[in-house]
Amino acid sequence: MATIAAPTSPAPSLLDRLRRPRVLLGLVALLWLPLVAYVMFGVGRMVLIPAIPATLLLYALAVISWRESAVAVIGVTLVMFWLFIAVVVPFLPLLDPNQPVQPFVTPLTEARDMFFWLGTDFRGRDMLSRTLWGCQRVLVWGVTATAVAYVIGTALGLVAGYLAGWWDEVISFIGNVILSFPVMVLFIVILTYFGPSGFNIIVAVTFASAPAIMRIVRGLTLDIKTRDYVFAAQTRGERPLWIMVVELLPNARGPIIVDACLRLGYTTVAITTLTFLGLGLQPPDPDWGLMIKEAAAAAMLFKFSYMLLVPALSVSSLILGFNLMADGLREMSLRD
Amino acid sequence: MADATPILECRNLCISYFTRAGEIPAVVDFDLIVMPGEAVGIVGESGCGKSTVALAIMQYLGGNGRIVSGEIRFMGQDLTTMSQEELRQLRGSKIAMVYQEPMASLNPSMTIARQLMEVPLYHEAGCSEADARQRALEMLADVRLPDPARIMDAYPHQISGGQQQRVVIAMALLSNPSLLLLDEPTTALDVTVEAGIVQLVREISERYGTSMIYISHNLGLILETCDRITVMYSGEAVEEGSVEQVFDRMRHPYTKGLFNSIPLPGADKHARPLMPIPGQLPLPHERPPGCNFGPRCDHFRAGVCDAGPIAMATVPAHQRHYTRCARFSEIDWQARPEVVEAAASANLGEVVLRVENMKKYYELRDPSLMALISGRSVRTVKANEKLDFEAREAETVAIVGESGCGKSTFAKVMMGLETATEGKLILDGKDLAQTPVERRRPQVVGHLQMVFQNPFDTLNPSHTVGGQIARVIRKFGVESDQAKVEARVMELLDIVKLPRDFYKRRPRQLSGGQKQRVGIARAFAGNPRVVVADEPVSALDVSVQAAVSQLLMDIQRENRTTLIFISHDLSLVRYLADRVVVMYLGTIVEQGTTDEVFAPPYHPYTEALLSAVPIADTSIRKKIIVLHGDIPSAVDPPSGCPFQTRCPRKLGAICDTEEPPIREFSAGHRIACHIEPALLAEMEPVITMPPEQAAE
Repeated sequence: MATIAAPTSPAPSLLDRLRRPRVLLGLVALLWLPLVAYVMFGVGRMVLIPAIPATLLLYALAVISWRESAVAVIGVTLVMFWLFIAVVVPFLPLLDPNQPVQPFVTPLTEARDMFFWLGTDFRGRDMLSRTLWGCQRVLVWGVTATAVAYVIGTALGLVAGYLAGWWDEVISFIGNVILSFPVMVLFIVILTYFGPSGFNIIVAVTFASAPAIMRIVRGLTLDIKTRDYVFAAQTRGERPLWIMVVELLPNARGPIIVDACLRLGYTTVAITTLTFLGLGLQPPDPDWGLMIKEAAAAAMLFKFSYMLLVPALSVSSLILGFNLMADGLREMSLRD
Repeated sequence: MADATPILECRNLCISYFTRAGEIPAVVDFDLIVMPGEAVGIVGESGCGKSTVALAIMQYLGGNGRIVSGEIRFMGQDLTTMSQEELRQLRGSKIAMVYQEPMASLNPSMTIARQLMEVPLYHEAGCSEADARQRALEMLADVRLPDPARIMDAYPHQISGGQQQRVVIAMALLSNPSLLLLDEPTTALDVTVEAGIVQLVREISERYGTSMIYISHNLGLILETCDRITVMYSGEAVEEGSVEQVFDRMRHPYTKGLFNSIPLPGADKHARPLMPIPGQLPLPHERPPGCNFGPRCDHFRAGVCDAGPIAMATVPAHQRHYTRCARFSEIDWQARPEVVEAAASANLGEVVLRVENMKKYYELRDPSLMALISGRSVRTVKANEKLDFEAREAETVAIVGESGCGKSTFAKVMMGLETATEGKLILDGKDLAQTPVERRRPQVVGHLQMVFQNPFDTLNPSHTVGGQIARVIRKFGVESDQAKVEARVMELLDIVKLPRDFYKRRPRQLSGGQKQRVGIARAFAGNPRVVVADEPVSALDVSVQAAVSQLLMDIQRENRTTLIFISHDLSLVRYLADRVVVMYLGTIVEQGTTDEVFAPPYHPYTEALLSAVPIADTSIRKKIIVLHGDIPSAVDPPSGCPFQTRCPRKLGAICDTEEPPIREFSAGHRIACHIEPALLAEMEPVITMPPEQAAE
């Protein structure tokens, strides 16, 4: 009888332990929950303190794990830079972002004994402070809205793909109807009807993105459900819910993660656009879309183009970060 | 012949792939000579480099593959130094290749005629469209395709797999090549279709005198098609010689190991079990010093076999027979393999599973407007028709048939994923035909388990090996305590001869054979009464196949489990099974004990099936019966006898109109055929063994 040589497996290193899904999820929760509590519910800034080491550790782990792909490392650096700023901005010695100080100060000039790195806007508010504070809202509402859309879209996709039949007919039909509207029109309809607020942005993003996510997950499910291990689970009498969550979902995660990174980019664009149109988060709190809108009027004069450039570059760098991350992850998944 | 220039000559060929992990030598020091009109077989297990050799001959190695040293001479010219333009002129005209997947080698958006006509139009100056079309048509007739004119205008998806492969061969022959490369041309096809292609390949070499290189993992196919054979192992040719030399007077331990691990007629699971080769194929970058086969070889001697590279040596007194074994002159090649202690044949117990008149029909709904108008929107597919058989405790019942015979549907009904349309399925006295799996008690579900075909699909890649087995134990209520479950998983890993630290591994870290062992452990975790094994070894390499099927037999004997073994490999069935059920298009055409089914009287389909299976034994004489046409679709089955469209012994009108009667020849041996029992009994055996072997 054939004997199989047992390759000895080395004891897991600290790095391997940190890479376990449970640890990673813990770190994400440690980072995200305080940020949500601070931005959405106005809890005191001290709640953010545990998020600082969590951010740095997550970034280090991402760089070590993804060092094979330069694109992914650049992407994660851009995203993590803004995430880190979002966490530490309440502790930074910045001017009040809503307090007018001195109007029309161009970048790198000194006025009233203060040095303005990025100048001030036409109301005299510090651009540096507003830009750094602005990333908080885009990130928190954008990521939360995408996450909610993903939970709902994935659940619908699993049901439509696995149970098929009438479930699939109904879910796919509704999805197709929603997808036939232009996304922006949907957003505008929902937000003008329900009124602009953070919660309604989540509703609008979910409504517009969930059908697309559903389609991707449904397609993946249709493929994976023909595998023998799903058949094996069926033949031992597992319930459909168990099969969907334990047998199907983990094997669909690769394409879902890549798509989620791309979709985070779209959502950020959408939220910024909505604020630009005056349908998103309301003034006076700093927000990149709002800053671009306010600057657009002033930027007619060439002299003040920095007011437009600073928030515009910020939002592009964040979206570029999400897209590069998605590209890098896809590249790595194709390699092995 | 000795002075003629060879068509193809590979000398000291070394091919490497360059990856992120560094240089991976795929083929090392490979020699090959193909004389005009000769058919050379290359045989080896997956990963031995046989396809790399073919790609190197075509100069198609891809971006990261490179010929490191050595030369490939085609009719005297060195292919490795040719320009791309010269190679383009050569490929497809002087050297042609037939690939494994016929569907992938044909362009789905072009008609067959267009694709065939391209060959002469491109390679021959001044060939007109009409000429090209005429030649394509003639060639289609030459590869024995029925109704060539219709096939010319068809698209690839409109013809069957066997027909597609014939078209690909026709395309390769159109330019009248000097060398034809066939890379596993029949692996994706059914056995009876394969037999037709093999016969065609033989005809081609006789009629056109084309030199051929036939690459396969199946020794039997090589025997049927080739004059010479090269056995490859781990990137090296280990033995080379004429088919008779290598099959009967082999001089390399690996070749001997291969022959000991394939079931030949005469092997017996109790008295003369198969002898798997121990160990595993080394990874290309972890090859041992000296002989690559050393660590798995019984004749290994330190200092001789691991001293350094071993060169091909000529076997004295044999003409053109070479081996890469340092000790071939010292080994006693006539030695019989040690007789392993013969296991007592299991005495069969009570009937565990009885299938009575079981039918499974599917309704196909055609939602098209045309179907609605004509009122034929529902069609019935008879996937299983009147299945009737029983299985006893500790018995192995093989269900044999080609694709579309209804064996998977039967497995689904057994497992409770579908319910039967009619009839009974009695397990331990209880009828389960109408009980879907959700309504069966956990113990009953645990009593009926399954081993799957594809090792790469049988385990969930996202969960650990241990976790997947543990789930089954908990689910069937065998154990519920965490520590006890873990102990049981460890015990099961021991039973399937896997190391215990596989508990924490993920499936991607396991080889195909190891995954299949985990699949077996999972099926036996719930102490099953009946295990359905759906082609459990057909996707594995030959040497691993023997070990895994041996393991399955051992566990079965230990637990007195009933095994329903679904397979198309009649050699393996003959070796493993106690009883055989032959299915065709959803009906049982013949059933009986293994000896009864493998000896006359046969059902005509059984006869053809037996003849189609290639046997790697030069002393065996086979009657050649080649079936024409393809397996009909179950959606539109033929009237009367299901086999009438392809039957070589068709009587006449009665076969078209009436269902054949089931006649009992001896207790339990039943054949469904119109032919008179006396005439069936007079059939001559398909396989005849030489007297001295039959006497054993």
